[in-house]
Amino acid sequence: MKIDPSNSPLSAEQANGLNRLIETLAPHQFDWLAGFIAGHQAAQPGAPSGATASQSAGDTGQERPSFTVLYGSQTGNCEGLAESLSEQANAHGINARVLDMADYKPRQLKSESFVVIVTSTHGEGEPPDNALDLHEFIHGRKAPSLKHLQYAVLALGDTSYEHYCQTGKDFDAAFAKLGATALVERADCDVDYDDEAEAWCKTLLERLQNEAGASGMPTAGGVSAAPTTEAYTRRYPFMAEVLDNQWLNGRGSSKETRHIELSLEGSGLSYQPGDSLGLYPQNDPTLVATIIERLGLDAETPVTAGDIDTTLAGALKHHREITLLTRPVVEKWAAFSGSAQLTELTADHAKLAEWLYGRDLLDLVDDAPVEGLDAQTLVETLRKLPPRLYSIASSQSAVDDEVHLTVAAVRYETEGRKREGVASSWLANRLTDDTAVPAYIEANKHFRLPEDDAAPVIMIGPGTGIAPFRAFMQEREEREAEGANWLLFGDRNFHSDFLYQSEWLAWRRQGVVDRIDVAFSRDQGEKVYVQQRLRENAEEVWRWLERGAYLYVCGDADRMAPDVHRALLDVIIDAGGKNEEDATDYLRELSRQKRYQRDIY
Amino acid sequence: MSNNLPDAEIIKRESNYLRGTIIEGLNDLATGSISDDDNKLTKFHGTYLQDDRDQRDERRRQRLEPLHMFMVRLRLPGGVLTPEQWLGLDQIADDCANHTLRLTTRQTFQFHGVFKHKMRPLMQAVNALELDTKGACGDVNRNVVSNVNPHESQVQADIHRYSLDISERLKWRSNAYAEIWLGEERVEALGEDAEEEPFYSYYYLPRKFKIALAVPPENDADVLANDIALIAIVENGALVGFNIAVGGGMGMTYGNEATYPRLAELAGYVPADQVVDACEAIAAIQRDHGCRTERTHARFKYTMADHGMEWFLERFAEYHDAPMEAARDYVFTHNGDRFGWVEGENGNRHLTLSIQSGRIADFDDGYQLRTALHDIAQVHTGEFRVTCNQNLIIANVTPEKQPEIQTLVDHYGLDDGSQSSPLKRNAMSCVAFPTCALAMAESERYLPALTDQLDALMDKTGLADTAINVRVTGCPNGCARPYLAEIGLTGKALGKYNLYLGGDERGERMNRLYRENIDEATILGLLEPMLARYAAERNDGESFGDFLVRSGIVDAARGPEVFHKAYAI
Repeated sequence: MKIDPSNSPLSAEQANGLNRLIETLAPHQFDWLAGFIAGHQAAQPGAPSGATASQSAGDTGQERPSFTVLYGSQTGNCEGLAESLSEQANAHGINARVLDMADYKPRQLKSESFVVIVTSTHGEGEPPDNALDLHEFIHGRKAPSLKHLQYAVLALGDTSYEHYCQTGKDFDAAFAKLGATALVERADCDVDYDDEAEAWCKTLLERLQNEAGASGMPTAGGVSAAPTTEAYTRRYPFMAEVLDNQWLNGRGSSKETRHIELSLEGSGLSYQPGDSLGLYPQNDPTLVATIIERLGLDAETPVTAGDIDTTLAGALKHHREITLLTRPVVEKWAAFSGSAQLTELTADHAKLAEWLYGRDLLDLVDDAPVEGLDAQTLVETLRKLPPRLYSIASSQSAVDDEVHLTVAAVRYETEGRKREGVASSWLANRLTDDTAVPAYIEANKHFRLPEDDAAPVIMIGPGTGIAPFRAFMQEREEREAEGANWLLFGDRNFHSDFLYQSEWLAWRRQGVVDRIDVAFSRDQGEKVYVQQRLRENAEEVWRWLERGAYLYVCGDADRMAPDVHRALLDVIIDAGGKNEEDATDYLRELSRQKRYQRDIY
Repeated sequence: MSNNLPDAEIIKRESNYLRGTIIEGLNDLATGSISDDDNKLTKFHGTYLQDDRDQRDERRRQRLEPLHMFMVRLRLPGGVLTPEQWLGLDQIADDCANHTLRLTTRQTFQFHGVFKHKMRPLMQAVNALELDTKGACGDVNRNVVSNVNPHESQVQADIHRYSLDISERLKWRSNAYAEIWLGEERVEALGEDAEEEPFYSYYYLPRKFKIALAVPPENDADVLANDIALIAIVENGALVGFNIAVGGGMGMTYGNEATYPRLAELAGYVPADQVVDACEAIAAIQRDHGCRTERTHARFKYTMADHGMEWFLERFAEYHDAPMEAARDYVFTHNGDRFGWVEGENGNRHLTLSIQSGRIADFDDGYQLRTALHDIAQVHTGEFRVTCNQNLIIANVTPEKQPEIQTLVDHYGLDDGSQSSPLKRNAMSCVAFPTCALAMAESERYLPALTDQLDALMDKTGLADTAINVRVTGCPNGCARPYLAEIGLTGKALGKYNLYLGGDERGERMNRLYRENIDEATILGLLEPMLARYAAERNDGESFGDFLVRSGIVDAARGPEVFHKAYAI
């Protein structure tokens, strides 16, 4: 593909220069460049956006059928995909709209023609918070007949979980049961979803165009999955310099939580309090070397990982997941090794899930040795090393082009071997002065300060859950927001584990923070947690809620979040004088009003 | 009264008889500290906040507040306690503090490392032993100290009774103590001076006030360093009355020549049965006339310097309803402790142990001092006495019990003084690092190494058997009475001290500043030739400090300025 200066507005010199450049670009680089330019255009004032351009292109005066994309998303991935799909649909002349499931009135389903569901799954097969209402609706008695509806489901998940893509599957089954017709087959995408999602969207749109009979040329610049306003993304992260790496716990602590500061200078990246930072870690080189040695391979063997040429060691260190096992990997390994144990396990989902827990690739190699496995096959068997997300602990209003993280080093022992979380141990132990961290911003629209600066805020953030609340307070301080702020924090020992204590006490002294309640589980005989502080202060919590307070919970999803949820219900029951059902409704209503937001993991 | 009151005065007055918001502060779980204002009030209750300075910088970077811990000091008139009380305090050291006990230079105990949530348990445990902490710090009468005089049984008993009475008379009264520490309910009816604080009123004293009793010729209580020095006059074996000297006080501020250490001046004599009233009268004079506007000028010594002895005697006659009589003769010979066993008039034995810097612990080098004393307390049937030199007497051991005590002493290798040089066993230091917020240089942690170096010098100059009075403090406040030492060091910066020379061994002459802001090598370099000359030229029985003055190495002038200006040769 070459630019001909004679039929373009470019000079010969410009055309030749561009042609020379284009020759050197790999396909993904070309895509990126196109997107970069389109994004640049879109950011200019007065430039036509994708939507309006397509409206003018495709407006034939015919009434076009409705095309609604609904997303259920905890982190923003599905939202991003839904937005992208909607943009593409509009570019193809389809009148698409995209909505957060929580903002969508389920009754409208009976008037829809095309509905696309883009959803992730949460915890043990649960729908994300904003999908709860719709999920309940279509499984309940009020669900209407959907014989008129054509639908599609794109499910995002993580094969290291037993109930992989469960919510997507739920929606798919429910729609089918109600009589709707699937436009395309559901796609279940693992953590590295970009390519598969892109392909699925393409197929869907082709099918749609045939069905809807929509006409119109795609506008220039409608390149899928291209970055629109930001240069650095999940696919093309920014190499962030490490500015600070401070172990926060005091002497004698049983924990290792670190305060990490990265520089975003020159990245053009921006974030808001409540957003997360995604980063790509590196595996432990010792673990990599052991695996390679155990398989009798050579670390320097050239391999291709996706579209990256590297060595086997490089692939295992930077590009492949080796500390978690997933069903697809174990199934392939069962075939390679001929291991009866593995074959049996893969047949029983529950047993497999139990066996997978806490095991890594080295365990697999040891338990089920494989003869003559070559490096490239190994690389292709493993899944791509996914990024890790951390709630951001700073506000750009206060720290400008820095981004701060609060990272707990995950260390444990299973099967007689000491193990570590990949990202947390990389950040804690293996960063050197010139390590750069591949990073990007993952926006989280579901965890935001109230728009009203005067609204009271209650923050429940034990352990590293305190991170986004640090961002919240930095932001509120800069904005001179008058709203009252209440922190509830918990950890193990008061003397060593009160994260950012000196900052919180300073804020309390200055009146930025009104109340701090703490619970340290190992400081006394019986364990005390934040939920007890909620109960002890039920009257006060209730008063704040009735005054319009926003509730935020951040931290552990498995035990803390449900326990806190229960405590909140108890507070509403005891101090609010409600029964269980009304209390549940009260909390759900708070959720709907975006006054009960959770960032849990 | 002037309107220009310093914060400390205002906080006191508005505290509602020392209540402040201490209870709220104790209940605040988000911090191990209490507010600055409350911290001024808790002093009166015998405690204040410290932090582990060794960890300060590290915790700042960890975004943690300083490691706050309280110091708690007991009120222990005359330093006397029973074995049961000893065992109780030993237990508290484990349950609520840092597993050590600290004997102070004013004859009482300090706990260190008490975390806030242990404060109430500690105070309740102390009070359960029939001990308390009232007035151990703060702008009130402090611990009443006395000679320990183990050999004079009858007079010692009398002295001890007077110590208790004076302490009791001048103890602050408000119910704040019981409400805050002992869980008593607030009684709303109170709130008037007459009910809450008949003597101190709502404004207490301008500053700390210290009273000491001595039985000449011993002066181990260093009485002249106190606001009131009571010097017992004994006739025919009976205590008949006390000479009273007034206006002593250690403590000064570097660079502020309006501050200086001062010795109490002899004012007169009162019969023994008037001594408690007399102390109350003198404290009242200070209460009413001491400076309230300038904390650094508020001690009684400055009140005396401002007004003079004649004025004082007139006031005393008013407040006491009778004038002082003329002072009687007395002689002080020594302000150190007598180590080892002595026998008292009553036939009982007393063992004075040398406790380095008063710190009672089981040390890393295997010296299990704390366990030893615990074991002794379990069998001891007499009492313990803390000395003003930070040492300990196992007192009133019957002849029958003595072998048992001695066996334990031998078993644990306790130092009855014979294991250290005379210099080492007489040396004193304040606590300084890591807990004292005022410390500029090391003191307690430095004393062993310093005295090793001095011992070496003493050996070198042939003085190994000679006692020299050495006192080290981490700052100029003078808690270890450095200005009365023959060799005194006060901290100026880490590793740097002011050197004071020329005190005596009786507690009757202060030293003077010799050199400022010098390190150990310089200190030793200055002392060595002086020690050599002393060894060669001293008179029989002449002390080092007396020699320095007699030989002119250090002159005898002791006006306020000599504590600020280094000695010119």
